[in-house]
Amino acid sequence: MGNGTSIGRVRGLGSARHGAQHWLVQRYTAIGNLLAGLYLLFSLVALGDYSHKALHAWLHQPLPAMMIGLFVVSTFWHARLGLQVLVEDYVHEEGNKFAAMALLNLLAFAGAAFGLLCVVRIALGA
Amino acid sequence: MHEWGPRPANRIGIYPQMAQAETKPKSRPISPHLGIWRWGPAMFVSILHRVTGNGLALVGLGVLLWWLYALAAGPIAYDTFAAHAGAWYGKVVLVGLTWAFFNHMASGLRHFVLDIGAGYELKNNNLWSVLTPLLALAATVVVWTVIVLK
Repeated sequence: MGNGTSIGRVRGLGSARHGAQHWLVQRYTAIGNLLAGLYLLFSLVALGDYSHKALHAWLHQPLPAMMIGLFVVSTFWHARLGLQVLVEDYVHEEGNKFAAMALLNLLAFAGAAFGLLCVVRIALGA
Repeated sequence: MHEWGPRPANRIGIYPQMAQAETKPKSRPISPHLGIWRWGPAMFVSILHRVTGNGLALVGLGVLLWWLYALAAGPIAYDTFAAHAGAWYGKVVLVGLTWAFFNHMASGLRHFVLDIGAGYELKNNNLWSVLTPLLALAATVVVWTVIVLK
């Protein structure tokens, strides 16, 4: 273990023990996106009527509300992982990388929370 | 062999540049990772996967939230959303997002196949790299044809 290059500093420390986690969760959420995304797409194509009344009545039902709620969670999670890769690949300065990751985490959680709240309001509202 | 630096000053062959590299790790040479590759279909589909994925994350999720908010907030807010979505630029964004969704889905399914270790044979790999964006384009055309004709 040296103290010169970045590879030299970590050589011999072994695995961080969570290297595959990001990769795996990106696959799990991809499956969620696939199922819920196709459900949303087929529902919208089948519905045909895109007025507020028709869409609100559709999303007021339990199954569509659950599926779109899950779609929001799965897509925001997947997007957070994907944008993390973008940040890691193109933002090289440590301070900027930290700021970008902090902003990304805030926006991902805020976006998912807002989307879920809207779905819950439609599902439980009048 | 000495074209990249002057002859070492000492007998054990330490080049001045190497001594400097020890103290400045960030200035070490990196591999020429861009601009030296011959273009192939796998590179194209990989770049499309990244572009469509980040496009869906940055634009698509924004539109999704706006749509859900407008539905939850009521008919007046929904009219505002529908007016923008129905304008020419709104249609461009919606068709673009549909294409990005199908393209990311097709190349994502290709990733699942590659993940189990299949599809790396040169001919197969090239074939599916060409097919995935074409299938995505076809699915986009089918969906919007159905929506418009319905």
